[in-house]
Amino acid sequence: MQYEAPESVEAAVRLLSGGGPRGRVLAGGTDLLVQLRAGVITPQLVVDIKRIRESREIREEDGMLVVGAAVTGAELGEHARAKSMWPGVVESAELIGSTQIQGRASLGGNLCNASPAADTVPALVAAAAECRVAGPNGMRRVPVEDVCTGPGQLSLGDGEFIVAFELAAPPPGSADAYLRFIPRTEMDIAVVGAGVNLSLDESGRCTAARVALGAVAPTVILAEEAGAALVGTECDDSAMEAMVAAVRAACRPIDDKRGTAEYRTKVAGVLATRAARIAATRAREAR
Amino acid sequence: MAAQNGGTTNGGTRWIGTRPVRPDGVDKVTGRARFGADLHLPNMLVGKVLRSPHAHARIRSIDTSAALALPGVKAIVTRDDFDDLPSEFVPAGEMLINYRDVVRNVMAREKALFEGHPLAAVAATSEKVAKEALDLIRVDYEVLPHVLDIDEAIAPDAPLLHEDMITAGVEPPPSAPSNVAKVVEFAHGDVEAGFAEADVVVEREFSTQPVHQGYIEPHSCVASFAEDGQAELWCTTQGHFVVRGHCAKLLGMEVSKLRVTASEIGGGFGGKTVVYLEPLALALSRKSGHPVKMTMSREEVFRASGPAPGTWARVRVGVTKDGRITAGEAELKYQAGAFQGSPVQPGCMCAFAPYDLEHVKVTGYDVVVNRPKVAAYRAPGAPQSEYAVESIIDELAKRIGMDPVELRLKNAAREGTRAAYGPTFGPIGLVETLEAARSHEHYRAPLAPGRGRGVASGFWFNIGGETCATLNLGEDGTIALVAGTPDIGGSRAALCLQTAEALGVDVEKIRPLIGDTSTLGYTFLTGGSRTAFASGLAVIEASKDMIGQLCERAAKIWNIPVDAVEWADGEARPAGANAGEFDPLTLADLAGVAGKTGGPIVGRAQINAQGAGPSFGTHLVDVDVDRETGRVTIERYTVIQDAGKAVHPSYVEGQLQGGAVQGIGWALNEEYVYDEYGRLQNPGFLDYRIPVCSDVPMIDTVIVEVANPTHPYGVRGVGETPIVPPMAAIANAVEGALGIRFTDLPMSPPRVLKALEEAHIPEAAD
Repeated sequence: MQYEAPESVEAAVRLLSGGGPRGRVLAGGTDLLVQLRAGVITPQLVVDIKRIRESREIREEDGMLVVGAAVTGAELGEHARAKSMWPGVVESAELIGSTQIQGRASLGGNLCNASPAADTVPALVAAAAECRVAGPNGMRRVPVEDVCTGPGQLSLGDGEFIVAFELAAPPPGSADAYLRFIPRTEMDIAVVGAGVNLSLDESGRCTAARVALGAVAPTVILAEEAGAALVGTECDDSAMEAMVAAVRAACRPIDDKRGTAEYRTKVAGVLATRAARIAATRAREAR
Repeated sequence: MAAQNGGTTNGGTRWIGTRPVRPDGVDKVTGRARFGADLHLPNMLVGKVLRSPHAHARIRSIDTSAALALPGVKAIVTRDDFDDLPSEFVPAGEMLINYRDVVRNVMAREKALFEGHPLAAVAATSEKVAKEALDLIRVDYEVLPHVLDIDEAIAPDAPLLHEDMITAGVEPPPSAPSNVAKVVEFAHGDVEAGFAEADVVVEREFSTQPVHQGYIEPHSCVASFAEDGQAELWCTTQGHFVVRGHCAKLLGMEVSKLRVTASEIGGGFGGKTVVYLEPLALALSRKSGHPVKMTMSREEVFRASGPAPGTWARVRVGVTKDGRITAGEAELKYQAGAFQGSPVQPGCMCAFAPYDLEHVKVTGYDVVVNRPKVAAYRAPGAPQSEYAVESIIDELAKRIGMDPVELRLKNAAREGTRAAYGPTFGPIGLVETLEAARSHEHYRAPLAPGRGRGVASGFWFNIGGETCATLNLGEDGTIALVAGTPDIGGSRAALCLQTAEALGVDVEKIRPLIGDTSTLGYTFLTGGSRTAFASGLAVIEASKDMIGQLCERAAKIWNIPVDAVEWADGEARPAGANAGEFDPLTLADLAGVAGKTGGPIVGRAQINAQGAGPSFGTHLVDVDVDRETGRVTIERYTVIQDAGKAVHPSYVEGQLQGGAVQGIGWALNEEYVYDEYGRLQNPGFLDYRIPVCSDVPMIDTVIVEVANPTHPYGVRGVGETPIVPPMAAIANAVEGALGIRFTDLPMSPPRVLKALEEAHIPEAAD
């Protein structure tokens, strides 16, 4: 196995599109290294992106937050500006693994592991985050929800990798939140995850809402009708009920060792409600 | 966490009950301690096991030729490398095993009986080569239908694991084979007459899932066979003498030719009382001429090492309006795994042990299924049966409007009670734990709305057994203590303290080690909560032996009769008519001149420890339940247990806390998930959910001390009882919170949510 740690985006693209065997991108490695050691994957090339500056830093560009794909959960959690702009995205990253894992686990790795249960992905989708994807034809932007096409499946082309995530400056009166359900309190994989991002006007009426769900379909899903159920309301109980109905209608889960389809569908509604309430409270406080 | 003196001890106050730093502590916190996988030898090979992908299959043939041809492969062993053994039952921990089955469990013969059953083992120059070789072994299977659960296994047309197994314990013996290995019964009195006296009778069925011991350290060993037929084995085990016996039997060796050394052990809980890799590593080493190291992956630990049995129980208990339990009856069915020998017998014996019952009847069934053979797990058999009984006791208390602690106190076993399983109890501490529970602040604390509080008691026998110890006196008066029981729960500290007390010397002057099988006489394993008690008795006996020699030396120096010398506070003093005539001689004084007064001084003991005092505990727990997700949160937990005498209270508290936490996992989340082919879907700690630290509150402990009269300091075993009460205590607390009684474990979120929906429980007021 060949291991490379290029120091520029261009060098990484060259390695990944070199015409040789398809390489795997290494960020924190909390999934990739485990799969390597378990013999689940046997890549011939591993390209470590942790020496690429753009992949390792958190920056603000014209009010927009840009988070490198290999920035760790711990770094994101200690970034005051990130936390105040996108508390839901930050809390989703901080939920992953243990303190030790937090020193490695990244947004880019979490997305590209392409698990439907990835914690940061519903939060990023709810936040309408976009990926900066580098490739042989230069840089392009891809909405997070378009990256995964199924468990373990990515839409990225040959030689492409995610360099960073763009999170727009939230409008006034906006906030996000993420909740997941696990039977334990930590060190577990989401049975269900729910990210909600909403905006309230001065009267407390919801003007925009995005609801994204994890572990209830082959990929993280953006439940557009669930978000629509909140828009125009004051996020009161009846609006929440309508949102829950839309959430449950959007769920297409399976029975597996982590939970039944029936349980996931029910709890998706519960978590979406709780996350929406947290987001609404944060949005009011943000005003 | 102050110890409450609920009785009197027979003496000993200077060192017993203190909390010195454990002698093995520094090595363990610095990483210096050598665990099973930490030994490396020159020219060592790596051994790996090929395991059955099928839950049940006849093995037509095994072809290892392609694997043997792979460069780097030095030896392969299969069923052909082990002689068949006749049926012979021997003790393994607190359970019995049959050598005919052990030889088949370590290496499948006629059939693979569970997914993960070993079929071949390879020794190669690297792990990579060994794994490649496994892929080259061709096994021709005839896949058979399998049974995973008791209901399937006892169905009339069930596939049979062992076509020749006739149920034992039934008269007349059945004519046809079945998956029921054995039926046992314990009874006295007349249960129907007892139920006739009852005002309220409750009968319910319960089920529990198999649970793994969850030790952090996987099984691991290094075997090295020499050309002259002598062998050494290093392994992580609870009992290296037991390992020696099993391996010698399986390999056709004399025990004196096999020296077994126990490494430090990263948890066992009963699961390291049997052999898995050890005979394979020895066979591979014998065949290859190299040392061979074998270590299981976590996945292998889950697929192929013994869990505690899944069980089914039907329990019926009657009570009068004023709270007298009139009769108890139970029918228990325990999964044995692929070979007979579940702990259903101790399960039967423990079921009603906390109560003074005139009429009791318990019937148990040992049922084989296509899962790994069960192994001992902390009070093997007891948690499952006592969970069922303690749930019903709680329900009866509610039905007659009596406080559940009060009902238990009214019926509690005490000194002189004829135990439900036969013998009469000596001094025991159940009443004291119940009284401590009743007066504990936890029991009286106001309960937040929506929460529930549960209480349950538990019992375990504890054992003694064959035990040796040696105290080697150094020339400066310090002592090397050699014990034969691997230290799992702080026993080295407990043995040093008992030695210090018996000799009257500073505990820091005693350095303990666990001797290998050639340094001591046969010593039974660390299990049955026996080590602080039985190895404790052995070091006390060895101390007395040494004191006798020390007094002889002093008598010789002073030229007075030996019976005119007394030993007190760590020194020899002239006594009687000679009192005060000579200056006392300390241990160091006598050690320094030992060469001139008769030679080295060594205290020895070889005993068969009898009179292990039974142990009782009572647990209190508060739970909160998320009505929308079904998640149960443990908000507060208190363990109250009789330790007889806590030698090192910190390690007693650790045992009580650890048992409670394992019980919490058993109650709430732990279960094996199999697919339709009998293949385990969650062989790892990610999806086999033992609690993590943040899942549990700090577990409070109260140590009650009702002295065990057969031990000089009153010691009872403490390690196992604490896993017995949690499941019922938590189920009783959940019932208190929701009004729903859970009779099937685990009380996992999907199950709780489903039950809530079926019961239409309104949301708790905030």
